Amino acid sequence: MSTATATHHQDDHHAEHPTGIMRWLTTTNHKDIGTMYLTFSLIMFLLGGLLILAVRAELFQPGMQVMQPEFFNQLIGVHALIMIFAALMPAATGFANWMLPLQLGAPDMALPRLNNWGFWLLPPAAILLLAPFVLALLGIGDGAVATGWTFYAPLSVQGGIGTDFAIFSVHLLGISSVMGSINVLVTIFNMRAPGMTLMKMPIFAWGWMITAFLLIATIPVLAGGVTMLLTDRHFGTHFFDAAGGGDPILFQHLFWFFGHPEVYIVLLPVWGLIPHILTTFSRKPTYGYKAQVYSFWAIGILSVVVWAHHFFTVGLPTPALLYFMYSTMSISLPLAVLFFCWIATMWRGSMTFETPMLFTVGWIILFGIGGLTGLVLADVAADAQYHHSYFVVAHFHYTLFAGGIMGIMAGVYYWLPKMTGHMYNEKLGKLHFWLTTIAFNVTFIPQFFLGLAGMPRRIPDYALQFSEFNMISTVGAFVLGLSQLIFVYNVIRTVRGGEKATDKVWESSVGLEWTLPSPPPYHSFSEQPVIK
Amino acid sequence: MTTQTHEGHYFVPNPSIYPVILSTSLLLLAGGFIFNINGHDAGKWSMLVGFLGILYVLFGWFGKVIGESEGGMYKKWEDRSFRIGMIVFIASEVAFFAAFFGALFYMRVISVPELGGFDSEFTPYPGYAGDWPTAGPGGATVHGAYTPANFTPMGAWGIPAINTLILLTSGVTVTWAHWGLLKNNRKQLIAGLAMTVALGVAFLCLQAYEYHHAYQELGLTLGSGAYGATFFMLTGFHGFHVTLGTIMLIVILLRSIKGHFKSDHHFGFEGVAWYWHFVDVVWLLLFVLVYWL
Ligand code: HEM
Ligand SMILES: [Cu+2]
Repeated sequence: MSTATATHHQDDHHAEHPTGIMRWLTTTNHKDIGTMYLTFSLIMFLLGGLLILAVRAELFQPGMQVMQPEFFNQLIGVHALIMIFAALMPAATGFANWMLPLQLGAPDMALPRLNNWGFWLLPPAAILLLAPFVLALLGIGDGAVATGWTFYAPLSVQGGIGTDFAIFSVHLLGISSVMGSINVLVTIFNMRAPGMTLMKMPIFAWGWMITAFLLIATIPVLAGGVTMLLTDRHFGTHFFDAAGGGDPILFQHLFWFFGHPEVYIVLLPVWGLIPHILTTFSRKPTYGYKAQVYSFWAIGILSVVVWAHHFFTVGLPTPALLYFMYSTMSISLPLAVLFFCWIATMWRGSMTFETPMLFTVGWIILFGIGGLTGLVLADVAADAQYHHSYFVVAHFHYTLFAGGIMGIMAGVYYWLPKMTGHMYNEKLGKLHFWLTTIAFNVTFIPQFFLGLAGMPRRIPDYALQFSEFNMISTVGAFVLGLSQLIFVYNVIRTVRGGEKATDKVWESSVGLEWTLPSPPPYHSFSEQPVIK
Repeated sequence: MTTQTHEGHYFVPNPSIYPVILSTSLLLLAGGFIFNINGHDAGKWSMLVGFLGILYVLFGWFGKVIGESEGGMYKKWEDRSFRIGMIVFIASEVAFFAAFFGALFYMRVISVPELGGFDSEFTPYPGYAGDWPTAGPGGATVHGAYTPANFTPMGAWGIPAINTLILLTSGVTVTWAHWGLLKNNRKQLIAGLAMTVALGVAFLCLQAYEYHHAYQELGLTLGSGAYGATFFMLTGFHGFHVTLGTIMLIVILLRSIKGHFKSDHHFGFEGVAWYWHFVDVVWLLLFVLVYWL
């Protein structure tokens, strides 16, 4: 070990690296790549938000005011694809890149060049997704994919050139995810500091390990599904066409075999980082580390066998309905274990409420609502009423926006001082938290009621009795959108300068990442620490 | 996998431009292809540039990796990374094929019997029995009227059986080559690899002939409903993987001739061998589920 720094090979001595744009294009450094992932995610988050604000503007009043229905459909689908694939997932991967080597005591990610490729697949994927908007202006095609993010056949078999662009965008995103997962798994299995057994790993690494397994198992199935879509569209196959012996429902199976695990793919990294924040600000060790790890496994495994709860209403045979209902509901058991552990970690702790902790506590409540409403939808009989209504929209925003994005934001406030070496502005952080939480609820609570009252989703116009709730929701959405600018401002400020952060940053933070300077040197651990 | 045993220094490569070129090339390839299939012929130029870019990266990037490997920069620790990475990659390939096997299963067991099983008073497809193999009941489709053409399904005991033998034998020859490498018997290594490559090429030729036969004589095409779609997509993607595997084997063969690989340091060889065995196993499933049953 002692010879480690002395024997630096010429090829991997990169205290000196290219500067300017070439640094970012060619980098093999996990921190640079993590920064690119996080930046990309933030930009796409704002863009996806902008798209949906246009949608909310249209929905402000009944009747058609702002746009054509076709364009409305395109905005919804592209919004969702961007938020999930280009905002949430890259944010989680950005954290993995930044934090896993620091937390595991590794010199870098295991496969640095592959790591770079994983990131640089994302901008081309985003270009493919968005290009049809521009092409339509030039008179080519009729705009972006208009099927929603779910690509259901036969609508997606009929759609225009935008669907083809989306298919290939999904392919590039998929390759990126698979490369990222390979990297994460190899790093976790092969790069841990001597003495760090799997059960001594930071729980964030556990969350990411299960996410990576799920990605490896399901992303290729999505790739297969959209490939069949492509051949049905252009090469005469009949996978989703009854006349040829196929079935549109087959596409739903393939899509949701990926789609349901996907929600845990985006949530598991968050569940991994929440316990770190809870211990730090409750000044108590994580409650039930083992129970949480086993719950991750249980949820990961269950998540690949419950997919058909997304299409209970297509006419599945009764035994299938029963099976998918009970298996779905059983996921709430390990999830309840997690909630118990999170709350028990705070129990009788000496808690303080800095911004990351505020976001975390808010997160537990809001994500809890997402989970409970999911339980409602898992009931076959109830779902017959609520399926494809705004109740579903509200539900998945409590899981994806609150459970996903707000969890990521907690992580940003928690780790940003470590990454930049500067403290963020606490006042702005708290303002951001309160505005986001309130506006989020103002936006989405009305949507529960809209759904219960029968308003269908993915529809640009609606009956008069839905007016008030829609108006409230739109107002909330604009406040929500605008308050994210505070976040952007705060982040940029912190990157640029500000009060110096200590190495430990927080009073009682634990873990290897806090033993390094803030910001950490370009090479984290050129010599691995030994864990007792 | 509980504790680590390795020396303290891990090889972190220098910044590299290849990944960005690869991504850009893929963008050009995909974009051009999309234009092409939507009736804009000029897309082929974008595809051409993308394809050349990919070739350039393949030569450059792999060349660099081979150079690093032969330069002794990869020790046991790095080697372990590559192994785990390759295993995970092959697992993702398994999932990809699983999607198509899943579609085959779904059509054979669920959708086709269901289409044949409607009450005769209500069926939109009178007289359709829902047997396998099938091109489907026909009728109105999203592309307009579709009448399934008659076709003869591909028998299992002609070319496919020979191909099964070929691939199984190639699995043996590649293992024999590996033994040669382990014993430092370079002749055996090279001979084994050469035989494996030859078997791979033979497989591909027979498969090409089989496709020709299907289209020309059996009336079996990609458009032949459930059977045609699953048959060609499954065997097609498999054939594509055999092609990749054969190219990889050729590279390994050339490297062996140049004297690369040592008995205790040859991940490149093993990675390709694993890939080849994976392709082999997929074929066995194909033979049973697509051709035979
Ligand atoms: C400013 C915050 C947001 C607002 C106001 C918003 C609003 C909406 C609206 C109005 C729809 C269309 C509902 C319909 O008619 O079906 C929608 C769809 C969707 N949103 Fe959001 N959203 C926001 C953030 C997010 C985030 C952060 C995510 C994911 C991480 C997300 C994921 C989705 C998904 C998956 C859909 C479904 C799209 C589809 O049906 O294909 N949204 N959103
Ligand atoms: Cu689900």
